Amino acid sequence: MLRLCQRLSSTKISAIPGDGIGPEVFQSVVDIFDATQAPVIWDVIKLSTKMEGKDPISPEEIEKVRANKVGLKGPTTTPIGGGHVSMNVFLRRELTLYANVRPCVSVPGVKTLYDDVNLVTIRENTEGEYSGKEHEVVPGVIENLKIVSEKACLRVAKYAFEYAAKYGRKKVSAFHKASVMKMGDGLFLKKTREVGKDYPMIGYEERNVDTACGMLVANPHLFDVMVMPNLYGDIVSDVCAGLIGGLGLTPSGNIGENNAIFEAVHGSAPDIAGKNLANPTALLLSSIMMLRHLNLFDHADKIEKAVHGVLKDGVTKTRDLGGSATTTEYTKAIISRL
Amino acid sequence: MLRRLFSTCYAPKPGDSAIRKIAVIPGDGIGPEIISSTLDILKHVHAPLKFQEFTNLNVDDQEKILELKSYKCALKGTISHLVGEGPGSPNLRLRKLLNVYADVVHAFSIPGIKTRHQNLDVMVIRENTEGEYSGLEHEVYPGVIESIKVITRAGSLRIAEYAFEVAYLNNRKRVTAVHKANIMKKVDGEFLKAVREVAIKYPSIEYKEMIVDNASMQMTSNPWQFDVMVLPNLYGSILANIVSSLAGGPGISPGVNIGPEFALFEPGTRHLARDIMGKGIANPTAMILSSAMMLRHINLPHFAERIQEGVFKTIREGKVLTKDIGGNASTYEYTKEIIKNISH
Ligand SMILES: Nc1ncnc2c1ncn2[C@@H]1O[C@H](COP(=O)(O)OP(=O)(O)OP(=O)(O)O)[C@@H](O)[C@H]1O
Ligand SMILES: Nc1ncnc2c1ncn2[C@@H]1O[C@H](COP(=O)(O)OP(=O)(O)OP(=O)(O)O)[C@@H](O)[C@H]1O
Ligand SMILES: [Mg+2]
Ligand SMILES: [Mg+2]
Repeated sequence: MLRLCQRLSSTKISAIPGDGIGPEVFQSVVDIFDATQAPVIWDVIKLSTKMEGKDPISPEEIEKVRANKVGLKGPTTTPIGGGHVSMNVFLRRELTLYANVRPCVSVPGVKTLYDDVNLVTIRENTEGEYSGKEHEVVPGVIENLKIVSEKACLRVAKYAFEYAAKYGRKKVSAFHKASVMKMGDGLFLKKTREVGKDYPMIGYEERNVDTACGMLVANPHLFDVMVMPNLYGDIVSDVCAGLIGGLGLTPSGNIGENNAIFEAVHGSAPDIAGKNLANPTALLLSSIMMLRHLNLFDHADKIEKAVHGVLKDGVTKTRDLGGSATTTEYTKAIISRL
Repeated sequence: MLRRLFSTCYAPKPGDSAIRKIAVIPGDGIGPEIISSTLDILKHVHAPLKFQEFTNLNVDDQEKILELKSYKCALKGTISHLVGEGPGSPNLRLRKLLNVYADVVHAFSIPGIKTRHQNLDVMVIRENTEGEYSGLEHEVYPGVIESIKVITRAGSLRIAEYAFEVAYLNNRKRVTAVHKANIMKKVDGEFLKAVREVAIKYPSIEYKEMIVDNASMQMTSNPWQFDVMVLPNLYGSILANIVSSLAGGPGISPGVNIGPEFALFEPGTRHLARDIMGKGIANPTAMILSSAMMLRHINLPHFAERIQEGVFKTIREGKVLTKDIGGNASTYEYTKEIIKNISH
């Protein structure tokens, strides 16, 4: 009965629990949302199971995702060296989720060799090296096409500077390898530079992606917001994750004109799947990003405070952070803090 | 000076003290500064070497390239001052002409350098002629660029073979192949297939595979798990920069571009360092240690050891260090201190 009343003002959210540890960490989010009575309704999306040679999700289901506008997604496994296209890549392209935002902020209570990390990677999400255009030219010679278009460069660059302006960030750094890919990465730089001119109050610099990765691990405070082509974003965001204590802690949002899907940066972790050991923090932080995206700031703040509180206490920690708590114990600890 | 008492001696072939001709390519940026420091040290130890400088090298000048090839060994500062009209980066074309397809970066901690991570020792073996560096690009439609990443079976096999050879001959225990074959299924898949084929031939060496983003994350949080790594071109540059940085910065880790006929010794991470060029403050350590790698490569192990010990002693004592590793000495002063610390 209560549910029904809630539904009137609730937002329908596509729920894609994924596989591996996906369902476990997703359950944690659902439990916590239930506990705070966050006004969302989960619309569970079905994925294809026999996916060889087919799209990983049916046209009907993708229409549901499109109509819902906002979604939360757990990790989905992608086979190596063959098999179906990555579910993540598929959704990003299908829904034109052109900007992938990956904030990396030191978490209280999680001690690493680096303090006060506060970085945001903004990754081009629809083309580049992940275009999926590959073929064997002659036996033993394989080509992969990296696509860089003006349109995609412009929109992700705009998103990066908008983001920097909105969140009061000081600087945007563009990462590239234009010395080697003169035309492709060259175009990316040219467009980003152009957009940057409209934001005189925000600093702008360009760095070689390899050099920048070295600089990041030497001193993460050299950077603020970082914008880059697809592959580099994948790598750099993981470097950032390494600085703050691993993939269990890093959220992300895939943002497009009409749709947004939030997900953890990590994968399906088959080694610990089904054992109730996974750290749900990354997906939780992603769901907090999602709540803010929906302007549900109170719920976002409340959950964030509880998560940070539990991590800071350090009593109930999952195994990846050196503790011994199960996923469900950790979730309960957060709920009792709400 | 106490010599090592119990060890088998170095037995040269008759004639092994003959003078070796070494090509020197100072390059630009900080290249000339770190090369000059390195040559000072090589001259100080009286290694049987004769240097021939190649400045303003033009990769289209076939005669010059032929002459360079006859040297078999070169010391190279940062990016060389190369010119050339042909397609692709001149550096890349030089590597192809010399057939130096493997790039080796040895990143290790040197006691005395203050870093977050201690006891690192990683060898990065990077494919150096194809992949993302193919130089093949075009505009398919106004505003749309295609850059082609090329991976070949032959190129992958030879880099894999070299990586396992390096691991075996240096008594290394584990080789990790890094890829993104879940997304780039065919290109990186081909690379992986080749490495797997070679790995089978080395049952005593542990073989692992890791996706490049995860590897980058692991490298920052737990770099000690890595021993020898084998990677396609761009991933190699990224991982080499990360691990060199953990070991103390871009001026520390030595490297070599190597192939069956030629070896180009140069700093492990290649930077022009325009911001500090000409100021005489660049750290020459990577270049000096590369020259020690070279001395070993041409069967002059004791010269290599003395130079290396001189560098380590200077850093351990920490009295005279360049700015990037916490001192305030110039390149020249640091070099003098190393020379002082080299045993007779
Ligand atoms: N003399 C030079 N002066 C300035 N820039 C140069 C010079 N020579 C080469 N470059 C630029 O630097 C780029 C470096 O790319 P290159 O293919 O040489 O890889 P690299 O820098 O040696 O490798 P990496 O940085 O990936 O380790 C070249 O493509 C070219 O654009
Ligand atoms: N040997 C060295 N000693 C001290 N600092 C160094 C050394 N080599 C590189 N650096 C520093 O590392 C940083 C990165 O180098 P650089 O700016 O040349 O990067 P890069 O990406 O290789 O650029 P480029 O395309 O110009 O080569 C610079 O601040 C530079 O001063
Ligand atoms: Mg990733
Ligand atoms: Mg470079």
